Amino acid sequence: MRNLRIWLLALLVVVAVYGAAPPKVVLAQDNGPQPTPSDDEVNAIAREMYCPVCENIPLDVCGTQACAQWREQIREKLAEGWTEDQIKDYFVQLYGDRVLSEPPRRGLNWVIYIVPGLAFVVGAYVLYRGIKTWTAPVVDEPESEEMADTGAEEKDEYISKLEEELKKRG
Amino acid sequence: MTDQLQTSEPVKNKRSPIWQIVIWGSVIILLGIVAIQLIKSQQGSIEVGKPAPDFVLTTFEGEEYATEELQGKVLLVNFWASWCNPCELEAADLQTAWELYEPTGEVVFLGVDWTDTDTEAREYMEKFGITYPSGPDYGTRISQAFRTTGVPETYIIDKDGVLAYVKMGPFASLQEIMAAIDPLLAP
Repeated sequence: MRNLRIWLLALLVVVAVYGAAPPKVVLAQDNGPQPTPSDDEVNAIAREMYCPVCENIPLDVCGTQACAQWREQIREKLAEGWTEDQIKDYFVQLYGDRVLSEPPRRGLNWVIYIVPGLAFVVGAYVLYRGIKTWTAPVVDEPESEEMADTGAEEKDEYISKLEEELKKRG
Repeated sequence: MTDQLQTSEPVKNKRSPIWQIVIWGSVIILLGIVAIQLIKSQQGSIEVGKPAPDFVLTTFEGEEYATEELQGKVLLVNFWASWCNPCELEAADLQTAWELYEPTGEVVFLGVDWTDTDTEAREYMEKFGITYPSGPDYGTRISQAFRTTGVPETYIIDKDGVLAYVKMGPFASLQEIMAAIDPLLAP
């Protein structure tokens, strides 16, 4: 009985050790040799950049030779140990801000960050004012007490006539 | 009915003029910016007969060429890129033309490498044996100054710094290049 327990324990240890290892080996075999750095690493940076040659197409999906050369340059820089920011700065220095999908927050670029929010706030305020005006009765202020009295008299006269008429009919 | 009218809080028809000025002012400024950008983008290429923009080109070898200092010479500015197939059609002819004009000292060729990668650009120059000064267009400043629309494009500037000739696309032959330069060399 004791021997059986020892054997079972040993078997569990073996399964635990080798059970975890095989998937790693299989994974490495399935993927085959990967370029260093990988396409995914290159594209992670490339998708946030645009080549001026083919505007409006992100660098990671652009099929031109120019873009292929740019992606290869990103790979070279990554292999040299450059960070994402360093690579982007390098491209900006060479080709200008237009290579970035998100323009840097400086100078006139602030317009594109501020205007949409500002337009939303102003629009909401205008809408609020509009709704308030539509729902509340609008009363023009009389210019003087004299005019206010005349208005009241006119209204009273009209109402009394209306009431008289209603009585006649009712 | 009259009670209702009296008890309701009247809405005053007053508007703040300061807010109106701020809002309308912002809208006008924004439209102005958009208009300026639209005008800039639709200006087209720089015109022949007008002063050419000045620029400084730093070559791949690190030498600097300032066009201001090159006045008195005919200047050929060629925009190219290693990935540009049409550029290859004229590359050999441009180099031959440079070899013809360089000894005279009256003509300067400047190659401006547009949105290119360094390694491939050097390989391209080696492939076509390009020896005239050539360098990258850092920040695309030079191409923006010339309002280029692509590559290849060539601008020939006379001795007074006035744009004399524009070629969109590749030169078809050496004769075409010479026909553009020679009239500017006449005394």
